[in-house]
Parts: sequence; structure tokens; C-alpha cells
Amino acid sequence: MTLVDEPQTEPAKEIGQARRRKEDARLITGKTTWTDNMVLPGMLHMAVLRSPVAHATISHLDVSAAQARPGVVAVYTGADLADEQGSIPCAWPVTPDMVNPGHPSIAVDRVNHVGEAVALVVARSRTAAVDALEAIDIDYESLPVVLDMEQAVQEGADLVHAHTSSNTSYHFVFDAGEAGTGTDTDQAFADAEVTVSRRFVQQRLIPAFMEPRSVVVQPVGDNYTMWSATQVPHILRVMLASVTGVPEHKLRVIAPDVGGGFGGKLQVNPEEILSLLVARRLGKPVKWTETRSESLMTAHHGRDQVQFIDVAADREGNVKALRVRLLADMGAYLRLITPGVPALGAFMFPGIYKFPAYRFECDGVFTNKVPTDAYRGAGRPEATFAIERIMDELAVELGMDPLELRRKNWINADEFPFTTVAGLSYDSGDYGMATDQALELLGYDELRAEQQRRREGGDPVQLGIGFSTFTEMCGLAPSRVLGSLAFGAGGWEQASIRMLPTGKVEVVTGSTPHGQGHETAWSQIVADSLGVPFDDVEVLHGDTAISPRGLDTYGSRSLVVGGTAVVKAAEKVVAKARKVAAHLLEASEDDLEFRGGSFSVKGTPGASIPIQQIAGAVFAAHDYPEGIEPSIDAEATFDPENFSFPHGTHICAMEVDTETGHVTIRKYACIDDIGTIVNPLIVEGQIHGGLAQGISQALYEEAIYDADGNLTTGTFVDYLVPSAMDLPHFDTGNTVHPATSNPLGAKGVGEAGCIASTPAVVNAALDAVRHLGVTDIRMPLTPERVWRAIHLGGDGGDRAAEGSNAYGGARTTESGVESATGTQGGAQ
Amino acid sequence: MTQITVRVDGVSYTDDVEPRTLLVHHLREQLGKVGTVVGCDTSNCGACTVHLDGQSVKSCTVLAVQADGSEVTTIEGVAEGGVLHPVQKAFHEMHGLQCGFCTPGMIMASIDLLKENPSPSELEIREGIEGNLCRCTGYQNIVRAVQQAAGEMGSHGTHTAPETTGAQA
Repeated sequence: MTLVDEPQTEPAKEIGQARRRKEDARLITGKTTWTDNMVLPGMLHMAVLRSPVAHATISHLDVSAAQARPGVVAVYTGADLADEQGSIPCAWPVTPDMVNPGHPSIAVDRVNHVGEAVALVVARSRTAAVDALEAIDIDYESLPVVLDMEQAVQEGADLVHAHTSSNTSYHFVFDAGEAGTGTDTDQAFADAEVTVSRRFVQQRLIPAFMEPRSVVVQPVGDNYTMWSATQVPHILRVMLASVTGVPEHKLRVIAPDVGGGFGGKLQVNPEEILSLLVARRLGKPVKWTETRSESLMTAHHGRDQVQFIDVAADREGNVKALRVRLLADMGAYLRLITPGVPALGAFMFPGIYKFPAYRFECDGVFTNKVPTDAYRGAGRPEATFAIERIMDELAVELGMDPLELRRKNWINADEFPFTTVAGLSYDSGDYGMATDQALELLGYDELRAEQQRRREGGDPVQLGIGFSTFTEMCGLAPSRVLGSLAFGAGGWEQASIRMLPTGKVEVVTGSTPHGQGHETAWSQIVADSLGVPFDDVEVLHGDTAISPRGLDTYGSRSLVVGGTAVVKAAEKVVAKARKVAAHLLEASEDDLEFRGGSFSVKGTPGASIPIQQIAGAVFAAHDYPEGIEPSIDAEATFDPENFSFPHGTHICAMEVDTETGHVTIRKYACIDDIGTIVNPLIVEGQIHGGLAQGISQALYEEAIYDADGNLTTGTFVDYLVPSAMDLPHFDTGNTVHPATSNPLGAKGVGEAGCIASTPAVVNAALDAVRHLGVTDIRMPLTPERVWRAIHLGGDGGDRAAEGSNAYGGARTTESGVESATGTQGGAQ
Repeated sequence: MTQITVRVDGVSYTDDVEPRTLLVHHLREQLGKVGTVVGCDTSNCGACTVHLDGQSVKSCTVLAVQADGSEVTTIEGVAEGGVLHPVQKAFHEMHGLQCGFCTPGMIMASIDLLKENPSPSELEIREGIEGNLCRCTGYQNIVRAVQQAAGEMGSHGTHTAPETTGAQA
């Protein structure tokens, strides 16, 4: 009981403040540590000769002339490294009988995609290495090229891998009826009053992180340090050990400043393996840095699915069932989580809607292209696109407003927690609130009125409004769930807190940032947890010697899982410090209050000690309680029990010039619920960046292979990463319904904008021209495609794709699915 | 090999270079000016933008020998006496960067843009930085940063920024 009222001013909270980022100081002044900046004494440079053909046997390979070039130290072929290169690991065998053909880092006798490594030159300088590549004599004998997924899965199709019996890697099924989370899907379709079927194409994309990949390996005795522009130094270390046989404890992996990743650096790259093998052979430091062309051609791609979507409903617009069949392009090999990307999406196709029945099937298909793998959203953007597009198609079929249909079927705010037909337990949110706010932010009524005016006036520039009311599963991931899905690792994260003698604080995180601002956000969390100044906290990461345990950064997991580990570690620090404080204050632990960074004795003004001073006291260790160790440092590992489920409503208003096919985003508004916001500045930035990538999928980006399997979008001239002129102003906002699965209440923000925006943009374009008979336009919505869809029918994609196999062709024999070569027929 | 002399961020360097050496490779590999980075090989991304005799150039599009006798300013040379350039400061304050890889070029291009047009509209800013690609930010905060810098430079003249490197808001 307090006798005297003490001042009760709550210290200012860091969480929720728009702190400017700590990271910026080095990034805006050029004092950076990109991997390619690294120079070591005696360092050699590796250059890679790459296959110019998509499928061939290597009939002749002579490197002797290259070997004789000035400055060349060594030249290696696949045959030289065959016995030690192992196979690039695939951590996600999604079915027990999944076919993994093996993935050599360097081709030994056969190449399976353009860009595959066929020889390595190691030289004193980068230019000497690259020059010598031209002296390598190599001949290929062509094999049939497999590019079109729908042809590749036919009986008797040419094979990508001669030693497999088909081009299908796996057949993955999730059936809600069988899983006990829904009713019989086929029966639901048989009983349905209305069904709508569509074939959607998720074009192949390239992550196109701005910093090209780069690796430096330094051998020291039988130890190796690798610097790599990677998102996943911890995962990379484990995998390097398993692939090369270098014992894990002899490997140190460092991710210094890393210039973006977006999933594209969530990989164990062939060149990382090869750099290590070469450094081991030569006993010298080796560097490899890719050119942009190499990056676009050989770093993994994303998306690339053909989606067959069926939805069933009654005439009043109550959804009854959802059926999904995918063809997912694996490319030539399975990389780290190649097969798992579409499987992860399996759980998100039902979106925010209360489907009673659901069935998902996916074939992973090999083609002679670079492998696909994670790209911002990884499976969830594909799923969100399909469900948000088909909901619009169903609304058209029913003659309903697309928003009315959504409202009728989404999970209401009072129904959380809600177990979906896919078996996920959504914990919190309010889809109606987000939608109402987004409509307000957009100025919906006014734009609808303008749309009406333009339609009635026959304006050549039509206006459309498109919705995406989405959710995603983030915070990857509960380890037991990953285990049940046969994923090769857990989903926990670790943090430790070191209280330095002067009271300064080091936070070590296993989560590895590459632009997300962990150093700032983690400092805010610790400042609140320990009551220390923001500037007294330093965040360490990205080095397996400093941060020994971690599972790195992807899947919007850093704050949700890694941030929680920081909170848990801080709680342990306070608990340890409490014992020391009680001893020093000669009080009972129970009488201590921890507030604003100090322990004080309740009811005894003046009797207090700051936690930063306790750090010094246990360093000196002259006076501390019996029976405890003189340290208040602590570490924690957090394994979430559930995913988190950010949601939001994104609305795009789009102008479509019906005479030129040119589309212009008139306005873009979104309200996202990502739970508790630690730093609104960083959150807004993440949303903006995600929007840019999602919008860019809808409007600009596409990795195109020609009929011979050459990537024709192999430079930034051809692969259209948008500039400032290509993107609109974004109006963004948030609702806050904290996640219940972690003490921060955070849901994750890294992927939201990217997942949500793509269908909103396409739905908007269609809304503008649907009255002209257009029911689909294939992404990206180039002026040519839009013009053709308006004036010639179909989805506009075929002519643009002529002479290429960008989409795996455009043919289907599925009943009820329109041929892409004919006009779209509407719903059944 | 050809001998060239280039003054970079106030220091004069005389070196032998291969005639084919690009300015950006000379800066990074011979002079250790690794603040300037290489993001592509087709002069699309602008990450390597520096000022050559006061004009912004993509240093992957200039041969080192072309810079002989010239003055080059890189991202490492725009803060004077530890005081951030207003554009650097604005990028920090408006969160105009995330991974930061495009940032050196983006800042150099923005400085040049503001020199030519001290009070650009949003559209003029977007046009002005069209040659610089950013994959993280969606550009909105970069536009805000350039607007803020324009305001500050317009009201105070250049280089009166009070904040030093690393200062937090």
C-alpha cells in the first residue's frame, strides 16, 4: 500500500512511434557493406559460362584455351566438380512420392534451361575471368524443349528429365471433405444453382531485387566464411553443410547489407555452392557477383500457374463450394521451396469467405525454364488473385454488386475466431470496417457517378472500380504445422539480449533484414520492454557467428515471430534483473515495481535502481544474490501456435482508353489491418512497396520465354520494373485488430500490398469495359492486350504471346472452361 | 592502359586504366568508392548515378577515360563537414528508402533534378527520377522526400541542414 502518491506519468511508448530509421545513416551516405564491396588479400574472381540453349546434351567441352588466358588461375567444368557438388536442396517435399530429379549446381553432361552453369573461370580479376569465358569451346546437341505446361502433362510429352517417367513432379491435394473441415465438394457442385468456371493465368515474374546476388568465400584453414547477398544466412549455412560436406561448425555465413530480396534471395544458389567448392579447392578467397542479365536469367522466378477455378452458389449469392485445379510451373529443377509455393497457396484460395466445401489439386510441372520459387507472397498472391477475380465473375453471373456478394459471404467481425474450410483458424479482424473506410478513402460514390456519366456519354475513356477484400496467412510459421506439411524446418525465431556494462543494450536477432528496418523496430520494442532509450539499443543480425540461431526473414514473419522472441527475451532480462534489484535495494522481489526502466520499492520513494545500472552491477559482480549467476543477459525462442492473418480492402479506380487500350490508375485506396503497428512509417513504406509490385504484376511485368526457351526479358530494357512515372499515388490507411497469437498483436505487413493489389487492378479494368463484352484480360494488361480484348474478343493474350510460350500456351480442353483462343463465354 | 586524372569527392586520383573500363568500375574497384553501386548492365536502373562536372550521369554509361580531367561527386561526397545534404536528410525523414541499394543514385539524381528545377511538381519529380529504379518503396516516399528537400533548399538555400548523419527524428 502506498502512503505517498508517486508521480504516475507513464513513460512515452516507443511502439507506435514513426521513428526514423537507424539503418538510413549508412545507406544515405554510401557507407555500406554490400557483399560486392568486399575485397580480401589474394581474392580471386569467378565467372560463369552459361548455357545458351534450353535443353541439350553437352557433346564437346574444351577449356584448355581459357586455362591459358592471362590471369586465369583455374577453369572447372561440371565433370571436375561432379563428385563434390551434390544437389541443390529442396526443403519441401509436398507429397511422399514427389519426384525430385536432382539439381546440380553446374551441368555435367546435360543442360535443362538457358542460363544453367556449364563452366567456371577463376582469375585474378573479374575482367580476366569474363574474358576467358569466350575461349571455352563447347558444343551442344539439342533435345526437344518443353515449355508449355498444358502440353507437358499430356501422355507421351517430351520429357525435361529423361530419367523420370513424366513431367509431373507431384500431385498435391487438399480436400476439405476428406480433411473434415468441409462438406463434399463434388456433391456441392452437383447441387448448385449457379456455377462459374474460369481459367486464369498467373504469369511468370522475376523478383528483380535491386542488388544483384554476390558471394565471397574466404577459406581459413579448414574453416570457411561466406558473405552472401542472401535473406537466409542461417538456412544457407545448414544447407551448405549438407550439400558440400563441410561441417556446419566450420562454416560461418554473413549477410551484410543486403539490397532487397522479395523471396528472390530465399534460396541456396548454385553459385553459392560453386564459390565454396572453388575456394576449398584453391585455398583462396573467391568472389562471384552476377550481372543483371545473369540475375534475370538464373535467379529463381516466381508465380507461373495456370488456374482452373470453379465456384458454386445459390441464386441469392450464398457461396456453396470452391474447386481449384492448378498447373504450377516448377521450371527445370526443384530449388529450396519450389514445390511448396503453390501448396502454401492451397490454404488461401477460400480467402475471407465462408465456403462450406473446398477442394484443391495442384500438379507441379517441369519445364525447360529457370526454377520458380518464393516471390513476395509465395502462393498467396496467386490464391488471392483467383478468389477475388472469380468473386467478381460470380457477381456478374448473379447480377449482383461485387461488394454486396462479398459482404454476404465474408466472415463477420463477431464470428472470430473462425475456422475456415481450409482448416485455418482466423483470429481477428473486421472486413466490413476496413471496406467502409476504404470506400470513404477512395471517394467511391463520386467515382461510381462519374463511371455512370462516362458510360452513358459513350466516353472513349471508360472508368472502372475493382475490389480486393483479402486476407493472407503470415507469421510463418508454427513448427508443428510445418512438420505436418513435410516442410524441412521449423518456423520459430530466436533473440537474445546482452546488457553491456555501461547499460547499453545489444539485441541479437535470428531474423535477417534486407530493407525492412529491423534495427529500428527491434530497438523500439526493446526500449519499451526494458525502459531504456531507443538510442541505447543496437540490433545485431545476419552473421551466424553473432546470431547463432535463426530462421531468417520471409513470409511476413520477422515482427510476428522474431519480434516476439525479442519481447520474450526482454521479459527474461527483467526477471533476472529483478532478483539483483531486490538484493541491492534490500527489498522483497514482490515489493518491486518495474517502470520506465527502473525497479523501485513500492511505497518507498527514492528507493530505486535503473536496469541499466544493474547491468553494470552484475558486470562488476561484487555484490549480487547468492545462488544466481552474475548476468542478466537472456535469450528466447518463440514458436508461434498459429499463423497471423492480416486482411484489408483494396480498391482501384481505373481509366481505360478504349481506343488505345492504355490503362491509367485514377486512384488507389486501401485499408489494411496488420494488427498492432510498431512503426507506422515503416508500415506505410512496406504497403507502398507491396502495392508497387502487385500493381506491376497486373500492368507491366512478365518473364517471357520464346519458343526455343530463351528468356526474351533478360535485361531491364525488356523486363519492366516500373519507374516513378508508371505508378500512382497510393492512399493508405489501417484498422487495428491485434493478432491473438503473439503478445505484440502484430500480424505482418511485408506481403500485404503485393498480395492484395493485383486482383483489384484487374477487376477495375474489367469493370471499365465489361459492358463492351470483355470478361477477362490476361496479365500484364498491356495496351495491346486491352485493345484486343475490347475489339477482338478473348482475353487479349494470344496475339501478344504469339511466337512465345510465356503462358505455357493458351489451350485447354477442360469442359466449361473457355478456350483462350475464342471469345469468353461467360458463366455456365 | 591509359593514364587518367579524376578528382573524386575533392581528392585527385591519377591511375592507369584500361580504355574499356567504365567509370563506375574505376570508382568502385580502383578508388574504393563503393558507395556508388552497380544495379544493371543496360543503364536502366540508375543506381550508379554520380555527378560528372556537376551533371548527373549514370557512371556505367561513361568510360573512365572520358572522365579524365573531370570532377566527380559521388554519394560519399555530398555531405559536407558531416552535415547531410538536404536531399539526404529528406530521404531519411520521409522514409524514402528501404534496402537502400538504389538510394545513392536516387539521391544524386534528385540533387540534379532540384538544381534544374528548384520547385518541381509531383509529376515533375516522377519524371525527373524516371531513370532511377527502386524496387522497395513504390516511389511515393521518394517523391515526398524530394518535395521536402525542395522546400528546405528553397527557404534556406542549400546546405543549411542542421541535422548530422545518423541523427534521429
